[in-house]
Amino acid sequence: MADTADTITGIECPVYLQYHFTAGRAPARFLTRIKEGVLSGQRCPRCSNVYIPPRGSCPACGVPTEEEVELPDKGTVQSFTVVAIPIPNNPIKPPFVVANLVLDGANISFIHLLSECENSEVRIGQRVQAVWKPREEWGYAMDNIRYFRPIDEPDVPVAQIGKLPVTGREG
Amino acid sequence: MSAADILSQDFELGFTYTRSTGPIVGRFLTGLRDRQIFGIRASDGRVIVPPMEYDPDTAEALSEFVQVAEQGAIVSWCWVAQPRAAHPLDEPFAWAMIRLDGADVPMIHCVAAPAEASLATGARVQAVWAPETRGFISDISHFELAGGGN
Repeated sequence: MADTADTITGIECPVYLQYHFTAGRAPARFLTRIKEGVLSGQRCPRCSNVYIPPRGSCPACGVPTEEEVELPDKGTVQSFTVVAIPIPNNPIKPPFVVANLVLDGANISFIHLLSECENSEVRIGQRVQAVWKPREEWGYAMDNIRYFRPIDEPDVPVAQIGKLPVTGREG
Repeated sequence: MSAADILSQDFELGFTYTRSTGPIVGRFLTGLRDRQIFGIRASDGRVIVPPMEYDPDTAEALSEFVQVAEQGAIVSWCWVAQPRAAHPLDEPFAWAMIRLDGADVPMIHCVAAPAEASLATGARVQAVWAPETRGFISDISHFELAGGGN
């Protein structure tokens, strides 16, 4: 019999959800291209918004997106957070920065890490560029990019974030 | 645009929840660890298993624990012909509402039985304890049919 002195005060009740995920045509194309070191999105034929990663349709217009658009690995911080609390099973040691980034030529952000920076100096509108893993480590994964790091370009005014051309600030 | 590779993979999303039991449920689970089943007496005298923290009628805090038997009767049940991975038993079994002797309300648990036809409302069942208890509802491994009829 178990030790009767201790009263139960807590229980563990984890929930594990097991998925088998098959990427659709557009995400699979995106992953195939990023394995080659290319960031590729899709443009909506109606509103011209460029989405990356592409989902195969425009959430605003409800139409299929088929035109593929190659994007640079430079972008702008749209929003960010400094993570101060360790996350179970996450090897990254806090504090670290997670940011919503919009690539030049894209109209929607994705989430990635921001590093090689002073966390206290990260700001909305900051210009960043991808730091890639060595080519031989590339796979079908967004973490072919280790993180983004700040670059020496003037900040983008808030109203222009997510509206830059593929050529960036100079465009 | 060229064709994409077909990409698929398994992955698991885990939420590693822990929960505080509070003193009432904690006492119930402590009882299970010691292979005893406790209910709690409500304001109208009923014994409720598993124990509730507050009276269902008056909302007053409850505190009078009452040990009940590990035998009881099936009040209602549902046969699971094809158990899934998350189910407590590998073989076909029944989910059942079981009113333990000494309790006034039924408690849900699983009943192992050789076949659906061997179960009936009113059938007598007996708790089977897990080889090792730890203070969890699965300390009662399952119930099994007991002799004696109804």
